[in-house]
Parts: sequence; C-alpha cells; structure tokens
Amino acid sequence: MRDLEFHSAAGSIAPPCLQQPLLETKGLSFSAGGARLLWDVSLEVRPGSRTLIMGPNGAGKSLLLRLMHGLLRPETGNVLWNGARLTAEARRSQAMVFQRPVLLRRSVFANLKFALSVRGLRGRNRSEKIEQALAVAGLSHLAKRPARVLSGGEQQRLAVVRALACEPDLLFLDEPTANLDPASTAAIEQLVLEANSSGVTIVMVTHDAGQAKRIGEDLVFLQDGKIAETGDVQQVLSAPKSEPVRAWRDGRIYLGANIETMSDKSGRRT
Amino acid sequence: MDSFWGALAGAVGLVFALDPDLMEIIGLSIRVTLTAVFFSCLIGLPLGAAVGTFNFPGRTLIAVFLNALMGLPPVVVGLMVYLMLSASGPLAPLRLLYTPTAMIIAQMILVTPIVAALTRQVVEDLNREYAEQFASMGVGAFDRLTAMLWDARYSLMTVALAGFGRAVAEVGAVIIVGGNINHVTRVMTTTIALETSRGNLQLALALGVILLVIAFAVNACVMALRASAVRAAYA
Amino acid sequence: MIRRIFQGVLATMIVGMLATLPAAGDEKFIIVQSTTSTQNSGLFDQLLPKFQEKTGIEVRVVAVGTGQAIKNAANGDGDVLLVHSKPSEEKFVADGFGVARADVMYNDFVIVGPSDDPAGIAGSRDVVTALAKIAESKSLFASRGDDSGTHKAELRLWKAAGIDPSEDSGSWYRETGSGMGATLNTGTGMNAYVLTDRATWIAFGNKGDHGIAVEGDARLFNQYGVILVNPKKHPHVKAELGQVFINWLLSREGQQSIADFEIDGQQLFFPNANEGSS
Repeated sequence: MRDLEFHSAAGSIAPPCLQQPLLETKGLSFSAGGARLLWDVSLEVRPGSRTLIMGPNGAGKSLLLRLMHGLLRPETGNVLWNGARLTAEARRSQAMVFQRPVLLRRSVFANLKFALSVRGLRGRNRSEKIEQALAVAGLSHLAKRPARVLSGGEQQRLAVVRALACEPDLLFLDEPTANLDPASTAAIEQLVLEANSSGVTIVMVTHDAGQAKRIGEDLVFLQDGKIAETGDVQQVLSAPKSEPVRAWRDGRIYLGANIETMSDKSGRRT
Repeated sequence: MDSFWGALAGAVGLVFALDPDLMEIIGLSIRVTLTAVFFSCLIGLPLGAAVGTFNFPGRTLIAVFLNALMGLPPVVVGLMVYLMLSASGPLAPLRLLYTPTAMIIAQMILVTPIVAALTRQVVEDLNREYAEQFASMGVGAFDRLTAMLWDARYSLMTVALAGFGRAVAEVGAVIIVGGNINHVTRVMTTTIALETSRGNLQLALALGVILLVIAFAVNACVMALRASAVRAAYA
Repeated sequence: MIRRIFQGVLATMIVGMLATLPAAGDEKFIIVQSTTSTQNSGLFDQLLPKFQEKTGIEVRVVAVGTGQAIKNAANGDGDVLLVHSKPSEEKFVADGFGVARADVMYNDFVIVGPSDDPAGIAGSRDVVTALAKIAESKSLFASRGDDSGTHKAELRLWKAAGIDPSEDSGSWYRETGSGMGATLNTGTGMNAYVLTDRATWIAFGNKGDHGIAVEGDARLFNQYGVILVNPKKHPHVKAELGQVFINWLLSREGQQSIADFEIDGQQLFFPNANEGSS
C-alpha cells in the first residue's frame, strides 16, 4: 500500500487514507513580486515515508519545502502537522538540510554542540549525542577541525547528522548532494536511508532521477508551481502519465501548459 | 622637511629616554582609550547585533540613526558631557568633571555608535547566511544574538579597532571634559595640543609619531590574530 | 590557541579598565580655572610643586581662555579663578560667583610682527598709533577672536585707536578663534602682527622671523587677578583649600616664586599683590 496520498489541483488520484498524515498541505499558494510561484499545492506525507520532490528549475521545489517547514508563510492555504496548524513549537520536531550546508564558524564539535544546546541538552547527555553523531558521520577524527575547512562532502555529512542529532520526526533535505561527488553523494544517501529505517520521515528535493529511484518511495513532480504528477517513484519515472514528466524524462523543454493557459497565468515567472 | 625628520629623531629620543612624565601620559592614553572601547563594545556589540539580526519596527530608523551618530563632532560631545557633569549640570553629584572617567564617558559616546553601526553591518551579512538555518533549528532570540556575536568575533575585532582608532586620536572632547590637567587628565592628544600651542611643533610632532606607533602596534596585533583566524576559516 | 589569545586580549582590557577606576579616598586637591598664558609659559610648573610641597595640596590647572575660564568657574567647575581681565573679574564677583578679587601679578602685552615690518611700527612705544598704522596699511593682523583676556585687551586698544577692525574681518584682520599659541602659530605662518602677552611670547617655540615690534606702552599693562569661587553659590567648592592657595600666592613666598620665574634670563611675571586694589 502506498504511504502517500496526493490531491493536486486536478483532483485526487486515490481515496484518502485512513492513517493520519504526519504533514499535510492544503491548497498552498505563494507569489512574490507579482509572480505566482506556487499554486494550490495539496499533498500528504505519512509517518515513516520517503517522499521526493522533483521538477525542472523554477518549478517551486525549494519553495514548497520551505513552506512545508514553516520557514515561509503561504499566501493562501495551510500546513498541518499531525492534523494541527504548524507552529514554531511543532517545527522543533522537524529539521532541514540545505543545498549548501550552513555551518557555524566553529569546530565540527561545536557545531553539534550548538544544535543540541538549542534543544536544551546539557552535560553528559549532550556529549554522548555528539560522539554518536560524529561516529555516524565518520567525522570523529575531525571533531576539533573548523567546520568550514572540511571538504564539501564532509560538511554536508556534518549538516545531516547535526539535523538528525536533534531527533526530528521529519527531515527535509533540499538537494543535499547537488554539489557533491558520487562517493560523497552515496554517503549522504546512506545516512538518509539509515535515518529513515530508524523511523525518521524523509522529504527530499532532488534533481537526479537516479537518486530518486535509489531513495524514493513516492514522488511529487512539480511543473510551474503546480503538481503535475504524483505516485510511486519507479512507476512515475518509468511510465509517466503527464506530459511534463515525460518531457523532463526525455530531456525536452516542456512548453505545453504555458501555451495552453497563457491567458490566466499572465505575469508569471518562467 | 628638517623639522619632520627632527620630529622623528625626537620621537625616538623621547621613547628611549623613558621620561616618566611621558610614560604616564602614554599609560593614561591607553588606559582611557581601552576602557572607553571596552564599554563601547559592551553596549555597541549587542545593540548592533540586535539591529542586524532581528526584524522589528523602527529597525531601519535605528540603523540610520547609528550611522549618523558616527559623525558626531567630538567638540559637541565634549560640550554635552561637560554640561552634564558640570557642577551646574544634572550629574554634578558624581563629581566626575576633570577626571579620567569623564574622558572615558566622552569617548564612549563617540565610539559606541561606531561600534554599533559597524557591528550591525557585519552581523547583517552573517545573518543573511544563518537566518534560515537558525529558523529551522528554532534558535531562540538570545541564542541567535550570542551566536552572531561569537561567530562574527574576528570581524568584530576590526570593528573594535575602528573604535579604538577614533578614541585614541580624539582630542576635542577629552580636552574639554578632562581639562588637560597635568598628571591627572593629560593624555597624548591633549599634550600634542598643548605643545602645539606652546609653539613646540617638533615635540608635538614627535608625540604624534609615538601615538602613530602605538596605534600601529595595536592594529598589527589584532590583524595578526585575525589572519590566523582566517586560515582556520573562522572569519 | 586563537581562543586563548582572544581571552588574553579580553583580560587585558578588563585589567586596564579596573586600573582606571578612581582611586579610593578623597585626595587633597583643588581645581584652578586659569588662562593659557600662565600654563603655556610654564609658570605653574614652577609654582605648583613648591606649593604642594609646603601644604600637601595638589593644584589641578584647567588652562583655557579667560572668557571660558570665567564661565567654567561660574558653573562651579573650579575652586579658584586666576585670569587677566579685570572688568570681567569684577563683574564675576559682583554677580556673586566669586568671594573677592585680589591682584596677583602683571605682565605686559606686546605686538609681535614680521621682520620686514610692513606697517612700519617696529620700535614704537605707542600702541594706539601702531594699531592705526596697521589698519591704514592693511597689514595682516591675527586676532585671538575668542573672548579671552588678551582678546578683550586687544579690543580695548582698537577702540582707543578709533578703529573697528571687525569691519575688515577676513581681509587684513584675521580672527583665529583659538588660543594664544594657536594664534601665534597662525601669525608667524601668515606674516601677521599679533598682540600677545610677553610671557607666552618668550616661552613660545615657533617664533619664525617674528620679533617684538611694540612694547613698553602703559596701556599694554596686563593685570592678573585671583578669585575664590563663592561657596555660597556652589557649596561643593573647596573654599578652605582654595583660600590656602590664594593666601600663598599673595604671600611673600608666593610672590617671590613668581618673581623668580625666568626664561632665558628674562622675568615673565611681576608680582604686585600688595600694591593696591582689594
């Protein structure tokens, strides 16, 4: 059974599930500078699942992630966390890893210490967690190094274990491997899958179809700020039903929706 | 140019003579300035960091205000402090006029806006980088502020230096509130002013050279510290 | 390592800060509001150590122009006033700011000028005629322009000559708005005549090719007076200590010390405490 149910603007694909979604968006829209960047996005993320968000540049993937995490406020629609409105308090059960890791100008150790201190951890409890995170990331021998002299892969590993050290229920990742070599990418994917198997729900933006197939269960494909297609990753990517996914898979430039609906989308950024 | 080289030679001679009066003057200059810069940082760093980190109404206004205060004329500050501390002023009971403390207060008023305004700039840049991550982590206001100050610490050293430069070279304010009293409130700059008015231009210039050397030494120390920090990617 | 250096710098600053805190205990000192001429000439460097040795009282001198010294004293920011502008001093006492005024000493003003002497006044003993010649030849004249005792004396002399130099301010008449030393620096720099007290001139180190052009006129007499700031107006005034200083200045010993002060073998101030006015 699929863990995920999607309601696109075009209507629901399947009947709603019985299990309460961990995170749910309802009719999210967002515009900036007169341009509509996201339009009526509704989706559900159920506990323990791995969801991938894909789509061409400018489709609104990162924006959607930030709205789901509550870093930005939607223009219309809302985000529900365990069925209730997402609050700052609830956001503490989530964590996010950015495309370019944001590391403090401190040592590797101090970066982890800061994140845990923010969550109110002190003393031995905290040091144990730090040691653990360092071991998981394979960074124990670099603990005293300034975080920002690490390699790109090491930095991103640190960012991932720092996010996981706070024991989130849900981890957002925004193209975490976009700038990394294959070995580093594999290490990050490994960390993500391990986290998921220990119960952390994953929502990840990626550009890489290979990565999507390796990691994903469920796929949300965005095109021009709208959900174009949702479903099982393998299925959607091997036999896309929608024109945008087909175009993306074949490496074509998709123009269809633009041309069809130009009149009611005037002013939108392309 | 004779007098210029004479002044250089004179400066060297003065320093090596270790004249106790001169040492006292140099010592007081450094103490007054460092103390003023210290307290300016105590106020200016958190203030600037708060304006650079948080969004609140009136934030831009405060930033503009701080920037404008950077240009305060020292003599005006000196007069303001004089009028406050004068026996006819509201703070007369403190009995601070013509003391080093009065000079420290005047310098603080000159330096704090510089520290705050430059801190705001530094922290604002850093905040642009950290803001989303901190929002994601749910970092509280106090932790954000301290993290900004700590992570920008090497840039903020340069900020403190700018304040030090202004304070150590300042004469207009300290001569009014300090009175340039021998052995009490006479510092490098007021001595230079006095010797100039005595027509002892070479001596005045020699003292200026010493002041320059002190400022250079302090700058060199901080810059060396910063350079090692840059190598560690902390700055 | 870096952190340790950082902490070291911080510790140094804190120590420096503590070292600057005012020392405990009220030291015995008074504040004298006085003029630049007494300080710049070095007179106080001669007098004060003797006085302190005898009485244990430290004298802290704030040297500004007479006008500012009187204002500061009127604000209560001093215990004793030692300046040279008799009319202003008498007004200060009459207004209740001072207890009483006493003559201490005098020196005299001189007009110094460039060696080429464009106004042709060198060697003159008639200051009023000399000023008239300066105005007539439109020779450069640098004035204090700062409401100081010297400035006031200068204005009285112009008035006596029937000239209002302020009409020519900016052309040949240059008001520096600064102290005696700064005005002398300006004057020697721009080859202008300057009215200065003799003491400051003799001690002045940047004479250039300037020399004394006019001296010896009775109208160039420059009387210094001393006044105790009125404790009834400003209760915190250290009247007792201040009076000790005034008494010493007027005493035989104080007067002798003033007379003993010489630069290059020239006496700069002439004590006259016991020769008249109250």
